[in-house]
Amino acid sequence: MGDTLSAAVSIGFHGLAFAMVLYLISVGLSVTMGLMGFVNLAHGVFAMVGAYVLTSLMSRFGVPFLPALLAAAVAVAAASLPIERLLYRRLYGGDELDQVLLTMGLVFMSVAGATYFWGPLQQPLQPPAWLSGAIDVGFRTFPAYRSFLILCGAALVTVLWLGIERTRFGARVRASVDNLRMAQSVGIDTSRLFMTTFALGSGLAGLGGGLGADLLAINPSYALQNLAYFLIVVAVGGLGSIRGPFVAALLLGIADSGFKYLLPEFGAFFIYALTMAILLWRPRGLFGRA
Amino acid sequence: MTPSRAVDAFVRRHRYRLLEALPWLAAVASYFVFPDYLALGAQILATTIFALSADLVLGYAGIVTLGHAAFFGIGAYTAGILAAHGWGEPISGLFAGATAAALLGFLSGLVVLRATGLALLMQTLVVATMVAEAANKASFITGGDDGLQGMEVWPIFDLFRFDLFGHTSYVYCLTMLFLCWLAARRIVHSTFGRSLTGIRENVRRMHAIGAPVARRRLVIYTISAALAGVSGALIAQTTQFVSLSFLSLERSGTVLIMLIIGGVGRLYGAFIGVPLYMVAQNRFSEIDPVYWYFWLGLLMVLVVVFARGGVLGLFDRFRQ
Repeated sequence: MGDTLSAAVSIGFHGLAFAMVLYLISVGLSVTMGLMGFVNLAHGVFAMVGAYVLTSLMSRFGVPFLPALLAAAVAVAAASLPIERLLYRRLYGGDELDQVLLTMGLVFMSVAGATYFWGPLQQPLQPPAWLSGAIDVGFRTFPAYRSFLILCGAALVTVLWLGIERTRFGARVRASVDNLRMAQSVGIDTSRLFMTTFALGSGLAGLGGGLGADLLAINPSYALQNLAYFLIVVAVGGLGSIRGPFVAALLLGIADSGFKYLLPEFGAFFIYALTMAILLWRPRGLFGRA
Repeated sequence: MTPSRAVDAFVRRHRYRLLEALPWLAAVASYFVFPDYLALGAQILATTIFALSADLVLGYAGIVTLGHAAFFGIGAYTAGILAAHGWGEPISGLFAGATAAALLGFLSGLVVLRATGLALLMQTLVVATMVAEAANKASFITGGDDGLQGMEVWPIFDLFRFDLFGHTSYVYCLTMLFLCWLAARRIVHSTFGRSLTGIRENVRRMHAIGAPVARRRLVIYTISAALAGVSGALIAQTTQFVSLSFLSLERSGTVLIMLIIGGVGRLYGAFIGVPLYMVAQNRFSEIDPVYWYFWLGLLMVLVVVFARGGVLGLFDRFRQ
């Protein structure tokens, strides 16, 4: 009995950590796809760049962990602005296939670019001393870094949700997702809004990629390897939804760590079968609008 | 346009035109002009079948799929496993590959095609990933990560051995491409093909006039899967190797890219996009073996920025 409970706790713990990373990375994608109707297969690139910036700031320039994390998010958000203005904006409301071609092209360029700047090998993340080791909470211990990851994720999610629900900016975003034309006709500058939300989503992805560097290994083909995960979170959660992807990420994270623990041989099958079943039951995702 | 002229135009639509001979002339000419590149040429021809099959579902029926590699890979593994276990007869191997792929297409189509839009895209992706995972786990028969080894493909009709320079492969792939193209062309210009276009353009209206939408989508999905299986089997037989990458998401994405570069829903997009992409890939990887991915990606971005609708779309705009 004690063993079962302990297994359940560790599945829940690791699942939660993974879910936080998945959510931080995917929420921006959900908004891009829901708000701008843009199939952005290159979203993982932002997460990858965030992770690379974090590790190189720490290992090459000796920047402490937290400032480096912040810098990674800001750098990715800033870098995403010209990409949105110069490339993505041309294709809003355009043909999906052109969007697929453009974003796959960016993914290919990112693979080569990452190899050029950081080499083909996997980049390790060295957590700072205060986050290595374990935290003892009395009845058992938890790895410190993952605990930090969960807390940090939970804090960001709270801020994000409050921002969307309580601020004027959040109201604009919600209005535009609900009805783009109506939002434009009441005077919301949707072009600017797209740009800001895109940068915000990319920055969050960069942050998520950096935080989750020990869960999703950083290497040049990161964006391609993890694309299916991000798309599953968005499709299961529901396009344009802020909360949906969180539930989807929780489901995916916990199911993933559970199946890997209980049935390591066939874990992936169950994840995919679960995804299929949910999408058959609700084609627009758990929180998608009909 | 008077009614009779309109009818005329409609009747003439599926007659063979002179321009349609162009890709075939180019293919035959390439055989003599580039004798050193026949192996690559055979790959291009076989991949064109793959892109053609993707065009049938994507361009005509409007089914956006990111899992077409499943059918390609199943065809390749079926032909490959047969050849590795003592049945190297190529033509029946192709049929076996096509049948296996069609079966998978039919069964997965029953489930997957209920969805549309992003959900459909995800369903196809998930099916392909599950097939890839299954092939990885069944390493006792597929060879797993090491790939399938020890294929022995017999001479075609006991006469034409597969030679080192790719003469036989090239002609073999060209013949198969021609047959597949004839089939695809017939399908597209039939009333069935027209109704597919109707489904792509306006599903509700097709439902309203009583067209069996779900059945037609399933039929074209199965046919397309069979063609993809032929393509995979051809590549397995001519290169005598199958690996897990045949089933990968990257492969599904690449065939879409090649098709989009050429032009979707035109039957000839595949004939332009595939050679363009594969020759570019070959050249880039020779010039810059480490970073060729960058140049390929740049090419794709440039196509989107300057040649929306693919190369054939560009021609259309010039004509106007």
